[in-house]
Amino acid sequence: MVTASTTLTQKIWKILEQVADPEIPVLTVIDLGIVRDIQLHADEVEVIITPTYSGCPAMDMIAMNIKLILLENGYSKIKITTVLSPAWTTDWMSEEGKKKLKKYGIAAPNKKFEIPIDGVECPLCNSTNTKLLSEFGSTACKALYQCNECKEPFDYFKCH
Amino acid sequence: MTNQSTTQPINQTTNQLINYTLHLADNSLILGQQNAAWCGHGPILEQDIAITNISLDLIGQSRNFYQYAASLIGNNATEDSLAYLRTEREFKNCLLVEQPNGDWGQTIMRQFFFSVYQYQLYGELLNHKDEQLASIANKALKEVTYHVRWSSEWVIRLGDGTTESHQRMLNAIDALWSYSGELFIAADYERESGIDVAVLQDEWLKKISIVFEEATLPIPQKTFMQTGGKTGVHTEQLGYILTDLQYLQRTYPGAQW
Repeated sequence: MVTASTTLTQKIWKILEQVADPEIPVLTVIDLGIVRDIQLHADEVEVIITPTYSGCPAMDMIAMNIKLILLENGYSKIKITTVLSPAWTTDWMSEEGKKKLKKYGIAAPNKKFEIPIDGVECPLCNSTNTKLLSEFGSTACKALYQCNECKEPFDYFKCH
Repeated sequence: MTNQSTTQPINQTTNQLINYTLHLADNSLILGQQNAAWCGHGPILEQDIAITNISLDLIGQSRNFYQYAASLIGNNATEDSLAYLRTEREFKNCLLVEQPNGDWGQTIMRQFFFSVYQYQLYGELLNHKDEQLASIANKALKEVTYHVRWSSEWVIRLGDGTTESHQRMLNAIDALWSYSGELFIAADYERESGIDVAVLQDEWLKKISIVFEEATLPIPQKTFMQTGGKTGVHTEQLGYILTDLQYLQRTYPGAQW
C-alpha cells in the first residue's frame, strides 16, 4: 500500500537528486550514496547522511545544501543527522553515477583495482596502458594516474 | 560573542571513556596539524598532496572523536572547545605525534611508526563494546591502510636509497625510537576502556622489522622509553604546536568565519 508518507518520502528523494557534490559536481548526493535514509516525523523531515571519508571537507557544505533545497521546496523543519555506521563504501555508488564520472573524465571505482596499481582504464582514450602517479589525488577520494597512450593525466575514484 | 566560561570544557574528569576518547582525538589532531605544515613545502607536488591528504584524514578522525567526547561531556562542550580551549596538560596525545617534522625522512618515519600502531589499534577498536568508538575506527581503518602503505614505501625508498637518504633515516630512527614505547604502555583510561595496547607491540615490531629489513635499516637495541604524553606530561614541542593551533580562538575568543 502506498501511503501519503511514502509518497512524500519519494518526493524528497527526488528533490535531493538536485544536490551535487561540491568537489565532483557531476555526481549527486544520491549517486554517491551519501543519503542513507529519509524519515518523516510529526512536523520535521530528517535526512540521514554518511561521510565518504572521515575528513571529507565537503560534508558540511553538502548538509547545508540539502537543507537549503528542502527549504526552497517548502519544508521548514529539517534535521540533518550524520551517521558513521555502516561505513560508506564505493559499492553504494550508482551505475548511473559511474557512467557520469567517466564522461566527466574520472575513472570510476573498479573492484579489480581495490588497491590502486598501474592499468586503470583511461577515461579519455580507454587504454589500460596507464600508470599510477600517486595514491593520493586532488581530493581524499581520488588517486592520480597518467595514460601512457594519450599522455593525459587523469583521476581515479578509489575503491573504498 | 559567546561567553567563554560556559563553553570551556571540564578540565579533568574521572570518566575514563571521555579520557580515552580525548586521547584518541588528540593523537589524530596533533599529527594532522603537524603534517599540515607541509602544505606547499612537500618535496614534489604529488607528495605534498599525499601528506596533506593524510593530514585531512587525521583531522577528520579527530573531529569524529571530539564530537563524541563533547556529547559525553555535555555542558556546552563542542569539538571546537575541546580542540582550541584545552591547555597543554589536558592534551592526552602520545609523545610521538608531537615530535618535530624535521626533514622529510623524519616526518615519514613518525608517520610510519604511528600509522602501523593506529592500524592495529583500530583493528581492535572496531570490535569495541562502545558502538560509537567502533564505528569511528571502522570508518577510519580504510584510510589508515593507505597511510601504512604510503609511509612503508617511503621508508624503503629512503632507507635503501642514497648514502644521504639512508643516513637521514638513521637520524630519524635516533630521534623517534624512544617515543615509540609509550604507544604500548597503557594509561588507566586505556586499561579501563578494555583496550590492551601492550599486546599490539609484538605485531607492531614485526611489521616495522619487515619494512626496515627491506629498507636496510637496523632495529635499535632495547633502550629507555619516554612516557608521559598520555597523562598530559609533554615534551616542549606540544606548547609550540598549541600556540599555533589555538592562536585565533585565544586571541579572538568565539571568532567564527
